[in-house]
Amino acid sequence: MKKTLALLLSLAMVVTMVAGCSSGSTTSSADSDVIKIGVFEPLTGANAAGGELEVEGVELANQLRPEVLGKKVELVIADNKSDKAEATTAAARLIEKDKVVAILGSWGSSLSIAAGDVVKTNQIPAVALSATNPQVTAGNDYYFRVCFLDPFQGTVMANYASKKLNAKKVAIIQEVSNDYSVGLAKFFTDSFVKLTGDPNAIVATGNYNTGDQDFNGILTNIKAANPDVIFAPGNFTESALIIKQARALGITAPFIGGDTWETNEFITVGGADVEGAVMSTFFDDTNPLTEAGKTFVAEYKKAYPDRENIAAVTALGYDGYMMTLDAIERAGSADPVAIRDALAATKDFEGATGMITIDANGDATKNEAIIKTVKDGKFTYLDSVTID
Amino acid sequence: MVVGMTMETFLQQLINGLSVGSLYALIAIGYTMVYGILRLINFAHGDIFMMAAYFTYFGIAVFFLPWYVTFIITIGLTMLLGVTIERVAYRPLRDAPKTSLLISAIGVSFLLENVATYLFSGKPQAFPEFPLMTTPFFIGGLSFQPVSIVIPIVAFILMSALLFIINKTKIGMAMRAVAVDYDTAKLMGIKINGVISSTFAIGSALAAVGAILWCMKYPSVLPLMGVVPGLKCFIAAVIGGIGNVKGAVLGGLILGFSEVLMVAFFPALTGYRDAIAFVILIIILLFLPNGLLGKKQVEKV
Repeated sequence: MKKTLALLLSLAMVVTMVAGCSSGSTTSSADSDVIKIGVFEPLTGANAAGGELEVEGVELANQLRPEVLGKKVELVIADNKSDKAEATTAAARLIEKDKVVAILGSWGSSLSIAAGDVVKTNQIPAVALSATNPQVTAGNDYYFRVCFLDPFQGTVMANYASKKLNAKKVAIIQEVSNDYSVGLAKFFTDSFVKLTGDPNAIVATGNYNTGDQDFNGILTNIKAANPDVIFAPGNFTESALIIKQARALGITAPFIGGDTWETNEFITVGGADVEGAVMSTFFDDTNPLTEAGKTFVAEYKKAYPDRENIAAVTALGYDGYMMTLDAIERAGSADPVAIRDALAATKDFEGATGMITIDANGDATKNEAIIKTVKDGKFTYLDSVTID
Repeated sequence: MVVGMTMETFLQQLINGLSVGSLYALIAIGYTMVYGILRLINFAHGDIFMMAAYFTYFGIAVFFLPWYVTFIITIGLTMLLGVTIERVAYRPLRDAPKTSLLISAIGVSFLLENVATYLFSGKPQAFPEFPLMTTPFFIGGLSFQPVSIVIPIVAFILMSALLFIINKTKIGMAMRAVAVDYDTAKLMGIKINGVISSTFAIGSALAAVGAILWCMKYPSVLPLMGVVPGLKCFIAAVIGGIGNVKGAVLGGLILGFSEVLMVAFFPALTGYRDAIAFVILIIILLFLPNGLLGKKQVEKV
């Protein structure tokens, strides 16, 4: 009885495995009548909420513009599980098994950086949507991005802390396993030290790992250092827990952070404690700067009528898709190298988040950031900052 | 670093350490119980803990049950889950080599993680707030969250209750008999299956209590939330001497205090906090291979 059961189970397993393999197409999509674009995002694990928001934007854009060069565009969504090792495999699978001609994503600079070598050696262009670390595109001719970079974002937040909040002493809490967080913390530090002229302006630094839940130890140290402001760029869940625990310890200093905070989970997990938290981000849905932005907002509200606000990364997902399709059209073919060349030549492309021109590094030249805060349980526009 | 630290900061860190350590202790007891009786490292324990967190989340945030009803249901469901896992994944392998059992445990762990991701999505859910437990009060400059005081008390009560069960009750005597010699216990007429099921039921109930308290303190629920606590509490159980209930509590407290004190004294090393668990584990195993309170194993010839 038991043996039969075991045999049946293993048979079922083999069948599903074979079925899984055979469903993948083996011909290059450049020659067929569909063009496959890979969407490479964390859909499970610590960053899942961020990945999901970007996928929403990409899918919305795909519904609005489902065809290019007379061919249907098919999205192949791959989950990189918020894990750097898994990210490399997921990108390789998109290229080798699904034969995509371009890749969009990923939320999280570390995950994008992990896929860098794969897209480079396979010569498949990739467009990072909200990955802000310079390393994503540096030294990689095949990685592009539609958002601003961390040296810029760090400067914006340092200015905000110094000029708007009149901070003299800042504490930093960074997610050491995350290139985005460490990079942004460093650029913030450089800029803030320069602004205040005080080399000791950073009075305490706390490190944690993705997935940590207890921050009382580092927060107790920070409380003793008594900073004016705490800069804590990092993943949304951990950041919300940090702020909660800080308030429970009696820390009253304001918390400021980066673009990764703008997910609903930041507010649902943080509750009343994240009220007043301030972050920089890419897009303000109440005041889109371009016609494309207005179209995006209108279409998003039609597709998701129950959402109260639109995350900036969703707009970037939309832009990444539209810019890639624009490049395919200009290239006149779905050949990955031709698409890469067309992406590199992108000039004054009208995106939902602003005009996009790709520079020599493959980065979008953007000099405006939106500052938002949490007010009455919602992300609310506070200010927009332009730095030349 | 050390010079700059005030007494207040140090005391606050001790409070932090006590509450984290007691949480580790609660979960470590579950590990140690199962190991003590079956000689099985139940790698699914951390994931049973995670499922308990979801049960509580669903009870309160989705079905709007009162908290006391939810807690009882959570503990009940988690016990049922633990017993079912034992019935389905471990009992058929009871006479198989220990390695097969271990692999089965790892399989159950992956299964639970993936089922949870599939059913509940990979996004974190906000655990309901318990203002009575989390609103801090201040004594001098020290902050106390009521939950941080409740945790060590609950851990101590449950440890005492467990020691009472093991040492003074009939089922406890049967458990000890099975732990000493499985085959002889069977020959003596002890109902092995019942004893092992109750072991899993008690271990899972402790995981459920641990999960409820954990989530009151760290209010986010994720499918992979059991992995790190599971690993650390396993280490805590080994440090204390796996199979020994008092040892598990001691190991949990040592781990909690060392983590927090490392952060307090060496702020630059805070990113390596998780590594401290392994460093302590290696040091203790080098000098005391059976853990702090573990009995010396005598190989039967």
